[in-house]
Amino acid sequence: MSALGELRTLRKQEKSQVLSEAARKEERAAYLFLVPWLAGLVLITAGPMVASLYVSLTDYNLLQPPEFLGLDNYVQMLDDERLLNSLGVTFAYVFVSVPLQLAAALGIAVVLNRGMRGLAFYRSVYYLPSLLGGSVAVAVLWRRLFGADGLVNQGLALLGVHDAPAWVADPDTALGTLVVLNVWTFGAPMVIFLAGLRQVPVSLYEAAAVDGAGRWARFARITLPMITPIIFFNVVLQIIHAFQAFTQAFIVSGGTGGPSDATMFFTLYLYQTGFGNFQMGYASAMAWVLLVIVAAFTAINFWASRFWVFYDD
Amino acid sequence: MTTDALKTASKHLVVILIGLAMTYPLAWMLVSAVRDEPDIFTSPGLWPVGDDLANFVEGWDSAGLPFSRYLVNSSLIALGAIVGNLVSCSMAAYAFARLRFRGRRVFFGIMLLTIMLPIHVVIVPQYVIFSQLGWVNTFWPLIVPKLLATDAFFVFLMVQFIRGIPRELDEAARIDGAGFFRIYAQILLPLMRPALVTTTIFTFIWTWNDFFTQLIYLTDPAMFSTSVALRSLVDSTSASSWGPLFAMSVVSLVPVFVVFLLGQKYIVQGIATTGGK
Repeated sequence: MSALGELRTLRKQEKSQVLSEAARKEERAAYLFLVPWLAGLVLITAGPMVASLYVSLTDYNLLQPPEFLGLDNYVQMLDDERLLNSLGVTFAYVFVSVPLQLAAALGIAVVLNRGMRGLAFYRSVYYLPSLLGGSVAVAVLWRRLFGADGLVNQGLALLGVHDAPAWVADPDTALGTLVVLNVWTFGAPMVIFLAGLRQVPVSLYEAAAVDGAGRWARFARITLPMITPIIFFNVVLQIIHAFQAFTQAFIVSGGTGGPSDATMFFTLYLYQTGFGNFQMGYASAMAWVLLVIVAAFTAINFWASRFWVFYDD
Repeated sequence: MTTDALKTASKHLVVILIGLAMTYPLAWMLVSAVRDEPDIFTSPGLWPVGDDLANFVEGWDSAGLPFSRYLVNSSLIALGAIVGNLVSCSMAAYAFARLRFRGRRVFFGIMLLTIMLPIHVVIVPQYVIFSQLGWVNTFWPLIVPKLLATDAFFVFLMVQFIRGIPRELDEAARIDGAGFFRIYAQILLPLMRPALVTTTIFTFIWTWNDFFTQLIYLTDPAMFSTSVALRSLVDSTSASSWGPLFAMSVVSLVPVFVVFLLGQKYIVQGIATTGGK
């Protein structure tokens, strides 16, 4: 009897030992699988971030060793008119183009969602510009479309408008052409909206129809609240994305951010500072400002989401 | 009944018109590429006036080296990035989705945070590192980060996908004596095909379209990628030679367009599943 009991406890002990051995094995395997990612985190992401924070406190031109300045780079930004202007340009771009782009995405998604025949085809047509929009080729096209003698002005001339601006060459309208380009790429958020709209239970619409709710009421009272998590996701994503816009402004302005710095995005000024003038310290400080801005916007978005995003689970 | 039909028809009409307006610039670029120079800007129509391929012939050699060189360079960069992302992201995703280890939550949180990290924050030190290694004007700075799973977006996509695969499959394999590597390689990888295809497609298109990092690391014309070559063509283009420039722009978009046509299903699934969650 006692021998049997002893055997049992022994077996139990053995089993728990085997288990912990298995757990250890699993952990070892996990870290092995994570080796590339961990190496990337240290060598490509976290390490360079720490280095970048240090470089941002220095004067560094790649050739001489960095000279420590403290917070001078950051203080200098407050007096840098071009930098403050580039911040303004970037904010204007984000605040105008993201809402317009998302409104277009949601509007078209709602239209396409209602049992539309040929949905897959339309979806592809609308999505194509998002895939191409970030390319140099499309930026080249834009520069030509909105040139003084470009297609847009030819079209306007046909309509009798002969005093149209030179768009990309006019400080008042240059940024607007880039906004149009970003709105044109509404296909990516649209596809996400479409996926979200499909999740809204049809029974809700049926019940509302029985109650005599009209089209607009159904959209405002059912569709919108049900897809708030999707709207939130798109807002966060597109804001982060828009803050980092670069290629379009670079190509359309020939790398200058002109005319009169009207399309000098923050990222473009950062590129010129770091890789044009080799002021790596100042460029790094700018990068940290960009990170803080993007992080702040994301944090504000998450905080504000408590008041308007509804999760049903 | 008839009002319903009318409604449907008008809806289709609106959707088609907007679609036409959106694709018009692309179509216009396409026909402009085969137009004779003076006709490009006098005709907003889509009928190719000069229907020869002179612009392509001229454009092909006008960026210093034959344009095929840049296409090959971009292809090599994209190939390296694809292999890197497939291997490293799927390994990390397997660990995050299936294995228990200390620090899992913290690391997973860090991984999610890196998705929104602007590249500008790390580009200066990265440039210093890669230039010390003598890697400026090689493709390594564009490929090595992918080998190290820095495209966290794809790690996240694959984690989400693996979570949808029944755990019982892994457990059954374990009972049959399979180790973690065998489970990863022989059970999960084959089942992850849709996620792997999505990763391949997006890595290809994003690498092909990438400009910022390629502009920074590739300064020797022999190493130019397609987008950097196109940019140098813009800079050297006089006002009168837009035809060749458009021709090469079209050439540079063809691979993206082909991948889009082949992979539509996966592209839509890819954005919808990562976005919907």
